[in-house]
Amino acid sequence: MKGRYDVIIVGAGPGGSITAKTCSEGGLDVLLIEKRQEIGDPVRCAEGVGKDALKKHIEPDNKWIASEVKGSMLIAPDGTEIKMSEDASSNMKVGYVLERKIFDRTLAQKAAMAGAEVMVKTRAIGLLRSNGMVTGIKAMYMGETHEIKTDIVIGADGIESKVGRWGGIDTSLKPGDIETGVQFLVSNIDPGEYNKFYLGEKYAPGGYQWIFPKGEHTANVGLGILGSKSGNIRAISLLQRFLEIHMPQAKIVEMVVGGVPVSGPIKQTVTNGLMLVGDAARQSDPLTGGGITNAMDAGKMAGEVCIKAKEKGDYSVKTLKEYEDKWRATIGKELAKSLRVKNLLIKLTDEQLNQLAHSLKDTDSSKMELLSLLLVLFKKNPKLLWELRTLFK
Amino acid sequence: MCYPKLAGEVMGVSVNRYKCGYCGACVGVCPAGALELIETWIEVDNTCTNCGACAKICPVGALELVK
Repeated sequence: MKGRYDVIIVGAGPGGSITAKTCSEGGLDVLLIEKRQEIGDPVRCAEGVGKDALKKHIEPDNKWIASEVKGSMLIAPDGTEIKMSEDASSNMKVGYVLERKIFDRTLAQKAAMAGAEVMVKTRAIGLLRSNGMVTGIKAMYMGETHEIKTDIVIGADGIESKVGRWGGIDTSLKPGDIETGVQFLVSNIDPGEYNKFYLGEKYAPGGYQWIFPKGEHTANVGLGILGSKSGNIRAISLLQRFLEIHMPQAKIVEMVVGGVPVSGPIKQTVTNGLMLVGDAARQSDPLTGGGITNAMDAGKMAGEVCIKAKEKGDYSVKTLKEYEDKWRATIGKELAKSLRVKNLLIKLTDEQLNQLAHSLKDTDSSKMELLSLLLVLFKKNPKLLWELRTLFK
Repeated sequence: MCYPKLAGEVMGVSVNRYKCGYCGACVGVCPAGALELIETWIEVDNTCTNCGACAKICPVGALELVK
């Protein structure tokens, strides 16, 4: 570790590693720190990801792809199934289920090979400041505190992000802005070839329950419930009940817990000498909970802005704002749409969800993506989905 | 939802480390920034306002308010 870098990135998830790689490839002197001993572990993710969105950043590799699914299946509370995007020859999103432990480490390795210095078991514990600028971090490594200077700090520190708060950006989530989830990696089952999403109060109030096949008779079986609905009921109890009823033969070989930001775009993600990326910037999708490729996209954008800032020698909001404008115009727009759909969905009763599913009886949804499916649903159920009328423009 | 701290009142949350899955969800909802996830445990500092958001959203129910 040196005393000074061009950019310090806090958190070596997909967002942090892509930022580090982008900056390093642009010739910047980069430090990527990870507070855990192992990058990618423990996993806090259902590991599903869109193929095309992923390919923008990395060539798919079987080392970190657990399985490839044919598409998605939505399951209404009464069991009605809606199949989506099954035709692999169309350009529809067909998903991978990742092995995050390997995937995250691979991305960090790519950052390292591009020139970034990587430190694990190194936790940011505060920011250094001077003249209204963030000028470095205080970090703890093996019980000792170090002060490391930099021009730009990237907070890619996930759901539990502190970097933004230290920089004066309030990133705290309300209970209604988080999905709280539990997942088991189960064995001895036949999960089929689709990612399955079970909707309804009985499965997951304000969220959904999922089965993502991971190959070899295994799957990620989990659920997330809206934080505001948690308390008297717990995600873990609901999941245990689901397994008892629907998969009594399942054997649990791993347990995963975690929270997903579903707040939609937050007001501020940059300040003088600081940018937030990924879950730390609350860039995960409020409807699906997906955050991997959004974080990678944002990391690329943030990295490119770091390179520009270095060229200009200006690290103030004036320069860094380009990142904020860019992600809002792309990721932000999608998040805002998803938030509207989520806000409507969580209000629907199981009966109403069933009604929506039944209305697709004569529709071939198999080649549709989510937005086109929503449009069909809207046309068939305008009264129920009236709130979404401006979504399709 | 958050109450001001009263003098002499013992405030905070207790974390059942045998239950906790160290996911950090509680840290994300803490309005005071009083929580921190370090490796496999949660630390609570004295800025906790006893608001209960963390205990409410914990996926496994590992946190309890200490009154």
